[in-house]
Amino acid sequence: MSEKQKKATAYWKENIRYLFVLLAIWFLVSYGAGILFKDILNTIKIGGFELGFWFAQQGSIYVFVLLIFVYVRLMNKLDKKYGYHE
Amino acid sequence: MNDVQIWTYALVALTFSLYIGIAIWSRAGSTKDFYVAGGGVSPLANAMATAADWMSAASFISMAGIIAFAGYDGSVYLMGWTGGYVLLALLLAPYLRKFGKFTVPDFIGDRYYSNSARMVAVFCALLVSFTYVAGQMRGVGLVFSRFLEVDINTGVVIGMVIVLFYAVLGGMKGITYTQVAQYCVLIFAFMVPAIFISIQMTGNPIPQLGMGDTLNDGSGTYLLDRLNGLSTELGFNEYTSGSKSTIDVFAITMALMVGTAGLPHVIVRFFTVKRVKDARKSAGLALLLIAILYTTAPAVAVFARTNMIDTVSNQDYAAMPGWFKKWEKTQLITFTDKNGDGKIQYVADPSKNELIVDRDIMVLANPEIANLPAWVIALVAAGGLAAALSTAAGLLLVISASVSHDLVKKIFVPNISEKGELWAARGAATVAVVIAGYFGINPPGFVAAVVALAFGLAAASFFPAIVLGIFYKKMNKEGAIAGMVVGILLMLFYMLKFKFGVFDGGKEAVESLKKDWWFGISPEGFGTVAMIVNFAVSIAIMQFTPAPPQKVQEIVEDIRIPSGAGEATGH
Repeated sequence: MSEKQKKATAYWKENIRYLFVLLAIWFLVSYGAGILFKDILNTIKIGGFELGFWFAQQGSIYVFVLLIFVYVRLMNKLDKKYGYHE
Repeated sequence: MNDVQIWTYALVALTFSLYIGIAIWSRAGSTKDFYVAGGGVSPLANAMATAADWMSAASFISMAGIIAFAGYDGSVYLMGWTGGYVLLALLLAPYLRKFGKFTVPDFIGDRYYSNSARMVAVFCALLVSFTYVAGQMRGVGLVFSRFLEVDINTGVVIGMVIVLFYAVLGGMKGITYTQVAQYCVLIFAFMVPAIFISIQMTGNPIPQLGMGDTLNDGSGTYLLDRLNGLSTELGFNEYTSGSKSTIDVFAITMALMVGTAGLPHVIVRFFTVKRVKDARKSAGLALLLIAILYTTAPAVAVFARTNMIDTVSNQDYAAMPGWFKKWEKTQLITFTDKNGDGKIQYVADPSKNELIVDRDIMVLANPEIANLPAWVIALVAAGGLAAALSTAAGLLLVISASVSHDLVKKIFVPNISEKGELWAARGAATVAVVIAGYFGINPPGFVAAVVALAFGLAAASFFPAIVLGIFYKKMNKEGAIAGMVVGILLMLFYMLKFKFGVFDGGKEAVESLKKDWWFGISPEGFGTVAMIVNFAVSIAIMQFTPAPPQKVQEIVEDIRIPSGAGEATGH
């Protein structure tokens, strides 16, 4: 394998690792907190919100936005590290 | 003419001339302008355009209303239509931008080195886009007929002419910059009444927080508790609990998320930015701009539902305010005094319930229900039009590009000139507008239902083929084509069987078929199952068929590296 290919493979591996972590959080806030565990979370109340309901209609959306911006930051750094930035 | 109408005419005329002005200023001179706006759109402008493109009449007009009546069950739309952007940003947008072509069928056709794959993709893109666009035209007609009291068909025709003008003239370039303006109009129009009503009901100017705040009446009761109380009193489900099964909520949310990521008119927006990193950033900004409306909508739903119950429940029919009578005229509110006491009984039990309110009118009627000033009501009308027109334009572009680029240029007339292709694109857009308008005027009863299912179709066809194309180098044409065909056919079959009762004697049978749903999953959520089947079929077929050529595998390696994206090209 050439030097160039090695670099590309290493970059791709790190990228995939980020994807796994970020998508795990994506799954947990929506399908976890908002759907599967909402009844348990609904026993906790913050202000007028039952927590499971809040995640389903508010919280998950805020986390989605954050996730993409974290991804943008991580990838910009990774691109620099491997010299793929432009 | 009353105040509201004068304001509505003024605002609609103002916003429409703005859109037309922008279209003339930014008309397309080349196919590249027409398909990808020249490829130099800034991430923020692209994000605003994506948000307007994405937020349709369904998001602006219908969604809060649906949530108002469905309560927790409505969460599927909130999570589904936003969570898809995470998939889009992480799994699709950067790589498709690097690939650098004009359309989604372009990617499928080149990545799977096959014109059959391209044809399947064109078919899926047209099916998804046409079903979706008909609903938009209907939304335009609805706003016109209610607020300007013109005939609903006249409304559709006016909408058609406007879209035709700037989509045909400006292509992607014209659409992009009008969508930027439309985003501003629609978000302003959505937020102003929401903030007004939030202050009115809870004293909190931020609707997202007002929804979880205490009522303004000094009782110290939380708004949501009050609504839960009212709902159970009238025999409805508790607002925050919902009635759908967990597996169905799960499946519908997944189908909507994956469908969102697979919708061609959203994906193509990311071909218009300069660099791969711009595509990522643009996806984030787009979701942020969308989230402003999507986190406000559930608050609007809570306000509207509580207000509505307070206004009508057990009140004298004769004493109903003006908006009630006006909506009755459009038959979107109907009242039948079953027990003859002159009061409105609004309850869950269908044999005793006397009031039927169409879910689509909640957002449009909300400012009137809350007694807001005339200009706010007019603003909502202008916002609804902006939402419907921007989405319709985006979809028409996908349709015209699929025809002129993917069919005419890539398959039937490969040596067509640049000019010829541009004219083909304009011609296709014109035909598409006329067809969409026809469906807007003569909606086949199933349009509304099919719009929701467009996501299932996108999830079952495009998403697996694109993700595998990027993340699985060895995926070949046989696997991808088999997966897309099986996925979309399975989805169509399930839809026809359980949504339209085609195999069991028609619409009447649909209710009784519910118990036969596979795994208890509704047709709206079945896209999730069809998507999984698509993945499984693709991978299984791949094992027994030849690997893709070395050159294609090199392309896949290349799209994984963000640098050197160049500009989107048609060659």
